[in-house]
Amino acid sequence: MTNPAKPKSSKPDAFVMDANRLDALIGALASSGHAVMGPRVADGAVILGPVAGAADLPLGVTDRQEPGRYRLKTVKKDPAYFDFAVGPHTWKKFLFPPREKLWSAERAAKGFAVREDGIDAARRDKLAFVGVRACELAAIAAQDRVLTGGEYRSETYALRREQTFIVAVNCRTSAATCFCASMNTGPGVGAGHDLALTELGGGKDHRFLVEVGSTRGEKVLMALNAKPAKPKDVAAARAAVAQAAKGQRKMPKSAPTVLAGATDSPRWADIAQRCLNCASCTQVCPTCFCNTVTDTTTLDGSGAERWRHWDSCFTLDFSYIHGGAIRGDGAHRYRQWMTHKLSHWFEQFGTSGCVGCGRCITWCPVGIDITLEARGFVKDAKGKRKG
Amino acid sequence: MAAKTAGKPKLAVWKFSSCDGCQLSLLDCEDELLDVVGAVEIAYFLEATRAKVAGPYDVSLVEGSVTTPEEAERIQTIRRQSKVLISIGACATAGGIQALKNFADVADFVTAVYAHPEYIETLATATPIADHVPVDLELRGCPINKAQLLEVLGAFLAGRKPNLPNHGQCMECKQAGTVCVMVTKGEACLGPVTHAGCGNVCPPFARGCFGCFGPKENPNTAALAARLGELGLDKRQRRDAFRGFTAAAPAFRKESETHE
Repeated sequence: MTNPAKPKSSKPDAFVMDANRLDALIGALASSGHAVMGPRVADGAVILGPVAGAADLPLGVTDRQEPGRYRLKTVKKDPAYFDFAVGPHTWKKFLFPPREKLWSAERAAKGFAVREDGIDAARRDKLAFVGVRACELAAIAAQDRVLTGGEYRSETYALRREQTFIVAVNCRTSAATCFCASMNTGPGVGAGHDLALTELGGGKDHRFLVEVGSTRGEKVLMALNAKPAKPKDVAAARAAVAQAAKGQRKMPKSAPTVLAGATDSPRWADIAQRCLNCASCTQVCPTCFCNTVTDTTTLDGSGAERWRHWDSCFTLDFSYIHGGAIRGDGAHRYRQWMTHKLSHWFEQFGTSGCVGCGRCITWCPVGIDITLEARGFVKDAKGKRKG
Repeated sequence: MAAKTAGKPKLAVWKFSSCDGCQLSLLDCEDELLDVVGAVEIAYFLEATRAKVAGPYDVSLVEGSVTTPEEAERIQTIRRQSKVLISIGACATAGGIQALKNFADVADFVTAVYAHPEYIETLATATPIADHVPVDLELRGCPINKAQLLEVLGAFLAGRKPNLPNHGQCMECKQAGTVCVMVTKGEACLGPVTHAGCGNVCPPFARGCFGCFGPKENPNTAALAARLGELGLDKRQRRDAFRGFTAAAPAFRKESETHE
């Protein structure tokens, strides 16, 4: 599912607005009935939550990320609104909530009265996201394919997704854990946005290049009186994004094929020694979609509820069938996650399941680096070919 | 007005060596307490009522660990009188804080603490209920989570399996949106090896998980201990991290012993 594409016209696609107009943009989205979500600082991280205005955004905040470590820093000179990389939260927490009541039932005179709480709540959720990065747009597109594109459609996800307005942001900096460039998902925004911002200049010259991605995006922007962009603004934005791609981690190109043939590698056992099987990687991953449902009943048996919640292939219960868990060993569970994400996802959904955001690297409590592990498998495969 | 008791399952709540906190979780179900009383007959629950109804009992909730010879006998009687026996809390499921004595000579404690050690009759260890009798379900926590207790009672009454996650605390943090204290602050945290279910109590307050719910399924305690070392915990601190409220849980006990 994509947002309605903007019809081709002679009107310009790129505009420039003063940085202080960001507040007006958030205000416009709020006044058109959106609950505006964006980045903000909480508990030592840039998280995603409700933003009432530009003052809520992490102005002047940057981050230092490495495997298993995340720290914020504040910049005094020419503070920018979006010079940090992705944090611990993902937009899936809004589109595909960790816990969602799907329906409830109350005993009636005859049978049960069923209420579709999930659909009702999703219908009320008119969201606007401010600050969605290129990798995150790719992740949302991946979840679209999984949750709306096939046989097992989530109606609540589809409803939320349809109503969501997306203001994307082009990255001008990367964290050391980012590897979007090698996954071809960033750092520049490609598709899936209503508006895309690139931060330019600083101080008095602090401004945004605003590019239009949809007709509804254009409508919102026109009300903000942005001026058509000059070629030098567009060039500056492109140069900044190109700069962000430098110095990133890299996922080896051959990872999908190499991993498909590495089922019996001794590396899985080596990783399992370090892996806590805590499932953090799957919970912070913007594409991981595994979920389960549980039914609850009231004490007096008069009511029942069905809840959907995030699950993870790292738990024993996930692969539990009659007689026990299929993936009893941590090695099997890490293998399932990594090979699905980087390899089998292609067969299932036509793309990689990894967008290169690097969250699984930063938020792994013991700092396991998926790119480094992939390189290990690639090295083994090369060795085998030579030998 | 006496509550209607005919046909209702008989519930008993038993105390062993413990602080009573888990039993209080049942009384703490203020909004749901009338529903509980409506659904079951409280047959034995000294924390709530002096009235006692003789066994057998349909469901027994057992709090506390076995620390005295008298308790070791009493649990056998209770098991015989109970159709379903559920042990509740860290003491009943993992020995509790008193299980720290398992790592030392209890005679030393008795002589050091009591003016008249001859009055003290105690076992050398504090052990979980399941070490003594078959247990139908273990509900973790120090204290237990009241929502989980209600879920267990509701499931028992409906004849279904209770929804109790076996995974780790990290999933609870991530699903609550709690920012990882280990990654952002370098805090020591047992969350990656600790059973979920507390309702994500400590990390939202910038504290690492203390492991009150005991080990999760498949805990990789060695990998976590190695990381705690990198974060600056010395050998003794690593040992003590695994030696808290659930010190007698085998996975935590073994890990703590490797750091002696």
